[in-house]
Amino acid sequence: MPGGILLKNGRVLDPANGIDQVRDVLIVEGRIRAVAQPGSLSGQDGLVYDVTGKWVVPGLIDMHVHLREPGQEYKETIETGTRAAAAGGFTAVAAMPNTKPVNDNQAVTVFILAKAAEAGLARVYPVGAISSGSSGEHLAEFGELRQAGAVAVTDDGLPVGNSQLMRRALEYAGNHDLLVISHAEDLSLSQSGAMNDGPLATRLGLRGIPHVAEEIMVYRDLALAEFTGRPIHIAHVSTRESLALIRRAKEKGVAVTAETAPHYFTLTETAVDGYNTLAKMNPPLRTEADVAAVREALRDGTLDAIATDHAPHGELDKDREFDLAANGIIGLETAVPLTLQLVRENRLDARRMVELLSVNPARILGVPGGTLSVGAMADIAVIDPEKKFVFTEESIQSKSRNSPFLGWQLQGKAVLTIMAGRITWQESFSS
Amino acid sequence: MDPEYRFSHKHILGLADLSPQDIEAVLQTAESFKEISSRSIKKVPTLRGKTIINFFFEPSTRTRLSFEVAAKRMSADTFNISNSGSSTVKGETLIDTARNLAAMNPDCIILRHPSSGAARLLADHINVSVINAGDGTHEHPSQGLLDLMTVREAKGGIAGLKVAIIGDIAHSRVAHSNIIGFSKMGATVAVSGPATLIPPGIKDMGAQVSRTVLEAVDGADVIMALRIQKERQQDPLFPSLREYAKFFGISQKVVDAATPEAIIMHPGPINRGVELDPKLADGRRSVILEQVTNGVAVRMALIYLIMGGD
Repeated sequence: MPGGILLKNGRVLDPANGIDQVRDVLIVEGRIRAVAQPGSLSGQDGLVYDVTGKWVVPGLIDMHVHLREPGQEYKETIETGTRAAAAGGFTAVAAMPNTKPVNDNQAVTVFILAKAAEAGLARVYPVGAISSGSSGEHLAEFGELRQAGAVAVTDDGLPVGNSQLMRRALEYAGNHDLLVISHAEDLSLSQSGAMNDGPLATRLGLRGIPHVAEEIMVYRDLALAEFTGRPIHIAHVSTRESLALIRRAKEKGVAVTAETAPHYFTLTETAVDGYNTLAKMNPPLRTEADVAAVREALRDGTLDAIATDHAPHGELDKDREFDLAANGIIGLETAVPLTLQLVRENRLDARRMVELLSVNPARILGVPGGTLSVGAMADIAVIDPEKKFVFTEESIQSKSRNSPFLGWQLQGKAVLTIMAGRITWQESFSS
Repeated sequence: MDPEYRFSHKHILGLADLSPQDIEAVLQTAESFKEISSRSIKKVPTLRGKTIINFFFEPSTRTRLSFEVAAKRMSADTFNISNSGSSTVKGETLIDTARNLAAMNPDCIILRHPSSGAARLLADHINVSVINAGDGTHEHPSQGLLDLMTVREAKGGIAGLKVAIIGDIAHSRVAHSNIIGFSKMGATVAVSGPATLIPPGIKDMGAQVSRTVLEAVDGADVIMALRIQKERQQDPLFPSLREYAKFFGISQKVVDAATPEAIIMHPGPINRGVELDPKLADGRRSVILEQVTNGVAVRMALIYLIMGGD
C-alpha cells in the first residue's frame, strides 16, 4: 500500500503504551509509522479516514476458534472463518486442532498456515493436539508442530482424562516453548450431558453437566501446573468455583492464565429453555451466579482474555433433537458488541476491554500484536462503539449461522479492520 | 367449569402446558368416552375419515396399542411406523421424516422418541397436531392423565390427596408428568428412591423429597411404583436389583404405612419382585389394570379434543 493509511481523530486505546487519547495514526508499508496529535500527520498519497468518535485499538486476537478446515468445510473454511474474524475486528485467531484429520502433526499445521496465507484475512496461529488424534494416549510431536508454526497445544473438545498424560504434556511442552491449553472437563461426570445440571435440566428432561465436572479438572490442571512449574492456560471458564480456584492459584504464584467467552458473561442456562439448540454448548451456559462471577473475574484480572470459542455448525447439526445436536456457537462477529455491553454497564473500562481482547492474548500465546507502538506491525481495529445493528443471518460472514444472538439488537461494531497494513474489513460509518 | 371455556391446544406435548381447566376437560371427556369401550360394538363414527400416524422410535407395546385402539374406536384410520421400519435408519433426519409424513396430510402424529423435546421439535416444524407419547426423560402426558383419571375414579377426587411416587424419578417421564399433573390438581406429591435417582430441582416441579420410602408413603392415598430400567445399570446408580428391592421396593410393610384404602399404581411394564411385590400387583388395592383401561379412554379424549371436538 504505497501511500499508506491515515486514521484521523480516533480515540487511540493502546494499553501497552498507556495511551487513551485522541490521536492520528499513520500506517506505512504494513507498519505503524506514527501516532501523533490530531492534525499533525499528513496522509501523503494514501487513504485518509476520519474516525472521530471511533476507537482505534490494536487488532483483536481471538485465542480460541474452530475454523473446521480441513475436514468440515461445510461448516467453515479458513477463508470464511478469517473473514468472520475480520468483520469482528480480529486480526489474528488461534485455530483449535479438532479438525479432520486432527492437527496433531506438522503436515496439518503447514496446510492451515498455507490456507490462511492464501485467504489473507487474518493471522492464523495453529494450535496443535496434545495427543495423537486427540485420543488421549500418546503425546503428539510437539517439536515438529512448533517448527511448523503451532503456538500452543490442547486436546480441546476431547479433554485429557489421563492425569499422567497431562503432566507429561506440560513437562514436554517446555522443551518446545509451547503453551498448554486445558479444556477442563471430567468426562465421567459430564457424560452425554446436554446442558447445565440443575432444576431446568430436570424440567426439560435433559441430562445435566454439573459445574463440578469443570472445576475438578481446573483444580487438577492447576495442581499439575504448579507441580511441574509450567504455565497452563484454562480455556472457556464458565463457573464461579473454577474462577475461585484460578484466583487462588494466581495468588500462590502458579503460572496460570484463563479465558472466558462472551456467552458466559451474557447468557444463562435459561437460554436453552424450549430446547433451543442454538444455546447448546460445552461447557454449558450456567446460572446467574456464574455469570456474575465471570463478570467480576474479567474486571479483577482472574480472567486474562475473552475468546469466542467460535464453533460453526451446519443447520443439520443444530436443527434437530436437543440431546443429539452439536455443541457450540459462532462468536467472532458478536464478541465486540457483547463485550462493549459490559463497558456500557460500567463493569469493565475500555482499556481493560482492549487488554482482554488483544494485549493479553498476544502475551499468553507469545505472538506479536496487542500494541500500537511505532514500528509495530499494523494490525488495527477501528470500533464504532455507538453503531447499532440487528444481528441477522444475512449479516453473518461466517459460513454458519448458529448463534443464540440472532435477532438481537447489538451496539458496537468493528467498522475498519487492518491486518499488516491491509484493509481486511470495512463497512460504512459516519464521522 | 367455566361455560366460556374451550380446549384450544393443537398439540399435547406435556402436562406443563395444560392448565387445571384443560386437565379437567380431558378427564371429563375421557370419563364420558370410557363407556364406549364396554359396549358390544366398540366403535363410534366421531373421527371417521381422520388419519392418525403412530410414529414410535422406542419399543412400546402398551402405549402404542392403547393409542391405536383409542383411534380405531373413534373410527379414525391409523398407521404405525416404528424406528426399524422408518427411513431414519437410512439417515433421514427426524424433521425430514416428519415433513414427509405431514405431506400425506394426516390429522395427528403420535410420537414416541428417546430424545427429550422431540415432540416439541416436530410440532415446531410441521403443521400437524402432535401428541407426545413419551419423549426421552421429559414427559409422558397421556400417562399422567390416565393416572389422574384412575385416581379420581378410585378416590372421587384429586385435591387434598397425598401421592407417593417411588423409584427412578430422574429418568422417568411418567414421574415428571405425574408430579406436574397431580400438583396442578391440588394433590401433594412425595417422591423417594435412591438419592442417585432423585434429580436436582424436583422440588421446583412440585414434589417433596423423602429420604425413605416409608416416610414418603406415610399417610399416602396413592402409592405409585416406577419401573426400574435395568439398562441403566452401567451407570453406578444403585448396587443391585436385590438391594433395590429390599430398600425401595413396594412391600406389604410399605403399604401398611399408607392410608388404609391407599391404592397401588404402576405405569408398567412391571419388574415383578423388584419395584413391586407380585402379590401387591395382583392384590385388591392394585389399580394397575384400571390404568390400562383408562389409558384408552384418555387417549380417545386427547385425539378428540385436539381435532377440535367440543
